[in-house]
Amino acid sequence: MTELLASGIFWRALVAGLFLALACGLLGVFLVLRKEAMIGHGLSHVAFSGLALGFLLNFMPLAVSLAVCLLGAILILEIREHGSLYGDTALGIISSAGLALGILLVSMKRGFGVELMSFLFGDILAISPGEVWFSAVLALVVVILLRINYHALIFMTFDRETALVSGVRVKQLDRMMVLLTAMTVVLGLKLVGILLVSALLVIPASAALQVAPNFKKTLLSSTLFSFISIISGIFLSYWLDTPAAAMIVFVSLVLFAGALTGKKKKMSF
Amino acid sequence: MSAEEGVIMTVQEEIIRVKEVSFYYDSIPALEDINLSVVRGDFLAIIGPNGSGKTTLLKLMVGLLKPASGQIFLFGQEIENFRDWHRIGYIQQKAINFDPHFPISVEEVISSSLNSNPKIRNKFKSNQKQRIMDSLATVGLEKLIDRPINTLSGGQQQRVLIARALVTEPEILLLDEPTTGVDLKAQEEFYDLLGRLNKEYHLTIVLVTHDFGIVNRHVNKVACLNQKLVYHGQHEEFCSSSVVQEFLKGGHHLVSHRH
Repeated sequence: MTELLASGIFWRALVAGLFLALACGLLGVFLVLRKEAMIGHGLSHVAFSGLALGFLLNFMPLAVSLAVCLLGAILILEIREHGSLYGDTALGIISSAGLALGILLVSMKRGFGVELMSFLFGDILAISPGEVWFSAVLALVVVILLRINYHALIFMTFDRETALVSGVRVKQLDRMMVLLTAMTVVLGLKLVGILLVSALLVIPASAALQVAPNFKKTLLSSTLFSFISIISGIFLSYWLDTPAAAMIVFVSLVLFAGALTGKKKKMSF
Repeated sequence: MSAEEGVIMTVQEEIIRVKEVSFYYDSIPALEDINLSVVRGDFLAIIGPNGSGKTTLLKLMVGLLKPASGQIFLFGQEIENFRDWHRIGYIQQKAINFDPHFPISVEEVISSSLNSNPKIRNKFKSNQKQRIMDSLATVGLEKLIDRPINTLSGGQQQRVLIARALVTEPEILLLDEPTTGVDLKAQEEFYDLLGRLNKEYHLTIVLVTHDFGIVNRHVNKVACLNQKLVYHGQHEEFCSSSVVQEFLKGGHHLVSHRH
């Protein structure tokens, strides 16, 4: 234990994990209530193609992934707006396109190996100081934009039509939410991996929705559940010598199950 | 000049003007050549059979839909250029309004509207809590400020939405069948509240309803729609006109019915 706490790797993992928890905990509540729980999952596939491109070009994979993911988010919005499609069809199309492109790019170069694998499954204990800064900046952008638009987002999520009449720029905020999700997905790539990043956007928020009586407490609970999941997940993975990403998601699932069970006993803060 | 004199002087001010407006869903006409005006102090009921274009007309009036032809003016301004949306309170159908699991308190419902855009936020930034309490007191719900909205009855929820609309001090309320799914007693209380807001607070009200009977005693003007404007005028004349006979055939009620 002392060894773990004395290690720079651990503290970097913890700091980056806390930034991720903050972004996911807050953003996730809005996504779940907007019935867009799967958007993180879809965008993580797009992020995969960005990572593959970055590795192929041998140029800052996370930054390339961010650019590609934002582009994918814009494409989803454009197809949604102009494609006359049902529900999350646009997401399904772009997500598949991202995955196909990623597989193609991976096949073009031998020896992606370990590094790409670390992004598929996450490698929170291998995070570099630069990546900590990267996650801090992304998380702060997400938090600041959510804070600035907090009331408008609540209003339009709760009652979209009346928000429109009141002059809330609903379409612009829709776009902002998809772009923020793209950023948060990229923020979580190294920490929990492409395959599991969307879990942190969905599970803590869903747990919070079971127990919190109002919006503010839902956001607080969701962020708290994300923090607990990440911190406990890191410790458990160290003790049990298991992958951190899987342990983080398992802890969040336990919290969700607990919240579901205790739903009747509303939290008294 | 007293407030009462001020009201008398502006009593004929036109708040909404609908001029030669038509609207189509794809190529199917929903409204044809509608001309209608709402003046300050009106309590206008828009009635008509299902599919007559009542909700469409209301959505056109608040800018949610754009007319295929014709013009709409709000407070004398063309709707495309109108920006003072806090002067308008809109309350949509209850049945489609609530996600029953949405975690939001009564206070948050109202404060989210009060802070929803910089213009409204700056205008009402002082004493926000008191403003919220005052608007809740007007609808008789000040004690429920901290309650999650999904724990309130249907009638109370609708009154919270009225409070949300009132908090930005609107001059007109537009409501689309606001009591769908609410029990009769709560409906009567709700419309009594609207009547009081119209008479005591001089708030102009436009109400889309399929059950004219229950609002009959509060309204002073009626617009009867069936794609075209069949009747638009004083309530008393409407009740004595031949239009009523035709209208009653559509299953509408002029007298409130208790079950």
